Amino acid sequence: MLVWTKSGKAAVWIAFAVVFGVLVLAPFLVVIAAAFAGSWNGVLPSDPTTSHLQQALSGDELASLSVSLQTAFMGGLFAVLFGTWGALSAANTRFARVADALHHLPIAVPSVVVGLGLLVAFSRQPILLNGTKWIVVIAHLVLMVAFSYGTVAAALQRIDPSYADVAASLGASPARVLWQVRFPMLLPAVASAAGLSVALSMGEVGATIMVYPASWRTLPVSIFALTDRGQSFVAAAEAVVLLTATVVLVLVLDRLRGRATER
Amino acid sequence: MVGSAEFRDALLRTVQIAVSSTIGCLIVGTFLAVVISFVPFPGARVVAGLVDTMLALPSFLVALSFTFIYGSTGILRAGGFLTSPWAVVLAEVTFYTPFVMRPLLAAMSRLPRAQLDVAASLGAGPWRVLRQVVLPEVRPALVAGGSLTLLLTLNEFGIVLFLGAKNTTTLPMLVHTKGIVMFDYPGACVIAVVQIALSLGLYAVLRTALGGGRRARLD
Repeated sequence: MLVWTKSGKAAVWIAFAVVFGVLVLAPFLVVIAAAFAGSWNGVLPSDPTTSHLQQALSGDELASLSVSLQTAFMGGLFAVLFGTWGALSAANTRFARVADALHHLPIAVPSVVVGLGLLVAFSRQPILLNGTKWIVVIAHLVLMVAFSYGTVAAALQRIDPSYADVAASLGASPARVLWQVRFPMLLPAVASAAGLSVALSMGEVGATIMVYPASWRTLPVSIFALTDRGQSFVAAAEAVVLLTATVVLVLVLDRLRGRATER
Repeated sequence: MVGSAEFRDALLRTVQIAVSSTIGCLIVGTFLAVVISFVPFPGARVVAGLVDTMLALPSFLVALSFTFIYGSTGILRAGGFLTSPWAVVLAEVTFYTPFVMRPLLAAMSRLPRAQLDVAASLGAGPWRVLRQVVLPEVRPALVAGGSLTLLLTLNEFGIVLFLGAKNTTTLPMLVHTKGIVMFDYPGACVIAVVQIALSLGLYAVLRTALGGGRRARLD
């Protein structure tokens, strides 16, 4: 509807394919290709192998996967809990704007700074968390609360408040209105907040690299350590493990969301 | 700390990289969004879906792939490029272009097609239709996407860390070096405060400029 001639369209499409393919898509495909390549000295990777992948799924690297999954689950779970709680309690009050701004702070400042803040705060008494896995979990929690809050608050704005009013006018207690009317309507948003939190937590690197103890290395930190040692191919294989785990988790949570919407 | 040359260089480099990346993202993102919306091809919806997925991927993947594309043994063997600030800019353009595309695609899908057809039937060429009909309509989306990208590129850490370019020290990178490598917490905190002031200042401008209705796009 903008370009009418056949040749003009073809030219635009070719330009699109080049820009999108080379600039946006290629880097992601290259990582996947490198994961299965023995060497890469020309235009195309050579010596297809799965040994990098096996290496990425054994020993320390496998432990990293488990650490990442646990961190994403704990951090994501608490983030969704606190985010939903915050959004529900701030909605339609005079504190809504302040709560909104406060909850979005962790997105607006660099994750490295969030990490540094936690490090300075929890490196001495009375709360000494530096060196434990909990400081990593808290870092992920702080970062993901912002996204959970945003998702749930946006959904709250779209929901017709008259359902809750009607339920209350029919004599339902506030707790019952919350559990049986407002929360079920929010469930799809909560599930999508969970998916987003878990996906972002799996790939988080800035705050994690500031606070992680040697005993609690997440996947992105391991991938960085590998690239730092020059083992790019194993790093690429581990990135593929990270991507696969993230996609599987998000798909599972997405199915839960589908089920929540059907109800 | 604030007076040191190291800090001034990092501040300058951070702003330089963020501004260049944002301009790059705006150009590339606008082009891609216009083609998907107004010169659609079979599979355009799949591409649009792919863009949504990319938003959730970690940014350091792009930096990792650059070792294979531009590294000393990679496809292009442009060894020097990988350690220059332009590698960071290119990686950020790759990663943040979807952040510009998403609001643009949404805004363009709401644009009545008849407007474009009328303009074209009155004899306006594609460039004129773009400039005088499409761009004014999608300006809010362009501003929203561009300013979000500027904020995120100012804060970007993963890409800079993974590229590990020696002469590309940005503020977040300096916070990391001071805090973790040199254990200089006070020094790191000073830089962090400057970075927070920079980011929050921009964020505050953003929120007031974009107003209530469009705030959701920042999520």
